[in-house]
Amino acid sequence: MRVIAFIVVCLTGALLLYGTSEFPDWGDPKSPASLHVSNYYIEKTYEDTHAPNFVTAVVTDYRGFDTMFETAVIFTAGLGCFLLLRDFRGKKEHYYRHIPTGVILHIKDEKKSLTVGKEFGYMDKEWVPPDLINKTVCRILIPFIQIYALYVVAHGDFSPGGGFQGGVIFGSSLILLAISYDLKTLVKRIKERLLGIFAAVGVLIYAGTGALCLVMGGNFLDYGKLAPLFPGYEDHIRTLGMLVVEIGVGIAVMAVMTIIYINIVSEGRHDEGL
Amino acid sequence: MHWPIDIIVLTFVIFCAIAAISVKDLLGTAILFGAYSFLMCLLWTVMGAVDVAFTEASVGAGVSTVFFVAAIFRTSRRTKD
Repeated sequence: MRVIAFIVVCLTGALLLYGTSEFPDWGDPKSPASLHVSNYYIEKTYEDTHAPNFVTAVVTDYRGFDTMFETAVIFTAGLGCFLLLRDFRGKKEHYYRHIPTGVILHIKDEKKSLTVGKEFGYMDKEWVPPDLINKTVCRILIPFIQIYALYVVAHGDFSPGGGFQGGVIFGSSLILLAISYDLKTLVKRIKERLLGIFAAVGVLIYAGTGALCLVMGGNFLDYGKLAPLFPGYEDHIRTLGMLVVEIGVGIAVMAVMTIIYINIVSEGRHDEGL
Repeated sequence: MHWPIDIIVLTFVIFCAIAAISVKDLLGTAILFGAYSFLMCLLWTVMGAVDVAFTEASVGAGVSTVFFVAAIFRTSRRTKD
């Protein structure tokens, strides 16, 4: 069976490679992709939108629908992860550590709810002492990562990057917090409810911007019609619209990445993980 | 002088892909996937698609590696086949 599978894979690969021989060369000016629509984007994007980065203009303005449903797909991914993995039952066993002496309490009965003082710390089952170097480096690094993520979102229409990348970087800074300290620290700082609201609000900002254009008398996601709301920015109104939309994408992606990580690493119980 | 860089990076990409499906240790596979994504990111940069490279670096090499490691942490580290 393995041999047959190997032969089939090799044949498919050979056919695909044979197919690529018909493709136009890389950067060929006569290839179909660069004959029609690319020329329009390269020549007219700055005139139309005043956005120096064509890619962002294409992604969020010319093809705004595409990106809106992409954000909706990300939201659905987070929702699916939550619905599949989230486990509200909680754990049966709990471990507490007496911090001055290092004695570990193991509570086996789930019914008994235990209120502990400050000298006891909750700990994971696979507990390793927190590493001072890791914790300190991550504590210093995380604010810079977050500032960088905000920069990437804000400069989406001037330089490479945008809402998606910025959101992923912001989400990974939160994941770094969970890895370097422990999952409890992250869950305590950012409540699950807040993350869910953020994910939905991000999509709402995107769709709401589109609907606002509709209300102002244009087509859906036609940012040019928003000009009366921002007096003095008539030239750059499309860039502003892109920025608002990118912020929505960034918020949604940030929340969804964190939701997926927390749910995977704690098997949906939000108590202990990496 | 793009071609030598292209070919060197592409060789590493293929090497990483073959290694990722043949290594038995799943944690190693996750790391190899991260390396694969990063090399693809270099390839996008050489081609001039900087936005795609940025996405590949942040999503492919960054977050998805963490997701793989988290999934391995909760399942098993070795494959059956």
